[in-house]
Amino acid sequence: MAKVTMTVNGKSVSRDVEGRTLLVQFLREKLNLTGTHVGCDTSQCGACVVHVNGEAVKSCTMFAAEAEGAEVTTIEAVENDDGSLSVVQQAFQDHHGLQCGFCTPGMVMTATALLKENPKPSEAEIRDHLEGNICRCTGYHNIVKAIMAASGQDVSSVAAE
Amino acid sequence: MYAFDVERPTSVADAVAALGKEEAQALGGGQTLIPTLKQRLAMPSVLVSLTGIAEIQGVCKDDDGRVCIGGGTKHAVVAKEAAAHYPALAELASHIGDPAVRNRGTIGGSLANNDPSACYPAAALGSGATIVTNTREIAADDYFQGMFTTALDEGEIITEVKFPVPEKAKYMKFEQPASRFALVGVFVAKYADGVRVAVTGASNDGVFRWSEAEAALSKDFSAGALDGLSVPGDGMISDLHGSGDYRAHLVAVMTKRAVAAAH
Repeated sequence: MAKVTMTVNGKSVSRDVEGRTLLVQFLREKLNLTGTHVGCDTSQCGACVVHVNGEAVKSCTMFAAEAEGAEVTTIEAVENDDGSLSVVQQAFQDHHGLQCGFCTPGMVMTATALLKENPKPSEAEIRDHLEGNICRCTGYHNIVKAIMAASGQDVSSVAAE
Repeated sequence: MYAFDVERPTSVADAVAALGKEEAQALGGGQTLIPTLKQRLAMPSVLVSLTGIAEIQGVCKDDDGRVCIGGGTKHAVVAKEAAAHYPALAELASHIGDPAVRNRGTIGGSLANNDPSACYPAAALGSGATIVTNTREIAADDYFQGMFTTALDEGEIITEVKFPVPEKAKYMKFEQPASRFALVGVFVAKYADGVRVAVTGASNDGVFRWSEAEAALSKDFSAGALDGLSVPGDGMISDLHGSGDYRAHLVAVMTKRAVAAAH
């Protein structure tokens, strides 16, 4: 066991962890931040995406020890300061960008990172960027629509929900 | 995963010292190694994470005009920072895995692993790059020694990769849609003294140069110059995603497409 210290959602946290403890285990099991999901545990599905130093990464494919000193943001902290839904979260709700919701934390984290880098992505860019996030319910259509809407683009030409 | 310790040195010297321990293993971005550990296919006692070493990160140009990429540089950084210097290399980096994988995976990790379907080996071999380690410089032609096998010694770390910049180049990948690895990927680069063609994803021996195509393209850099040329299906990877003959066919198709799109 070794002590690891990082900033999670703005708060400094320290815990003793094994070398093999994954970042997602650290978040879920040590900090009880269970909003970050484990889907496939093989870095395919993207349900576990969090931001490490502002970049979207799969927390099932990174050790907690590697996040020593890092700033980690999870789905629990993407809401606005007043507790209302973020623009991306609100757009997922408005455009029904989820059904069962299991992939949603990863989708929102990936979409949030995309819009920070590319504030007005095209539909093709959004679909390309979601390559590492798998949804088994929606067929992606409303997810793409929600992200386009979150970026302030007109989605009236995108086919009906 | 079996139990192991993780060390996070901040200099190459400390990393080399840490790798001197019994059963120590270097950890780059971990996008291949961590899944391998989860399957209990490796049992290191210590993982030496290279992600905290600032001196092996970044993209620059040297006095000979080569693009130099630190071994610990992530794919996403290469995609952005190499774009102005070597567009074909940046494009290759921007299509490895998915965005989250590109925010962790490193060029040194990819080259050290030498997966037979990885993209970077094609760029390194196709560009005649030089792989720089903590002890020496290795020409790409000597570096790749078969599937998952390289010239690296135990505990040797890739600190930098130097790419001579071609007049024109292009990487064309026929993606295996589930893994996003190359079913077949071809890197074509036209230099003043000749053309290099490197193929990944196809051969049981890992990345290789297609010398017949290189000779034809060095005389006439056009897709038509490849008419009638083919590689044999023997020795090609055959699996549920494609037979050896199918991959051999794809090699010629992807080479033509790369030549046609080279810029």
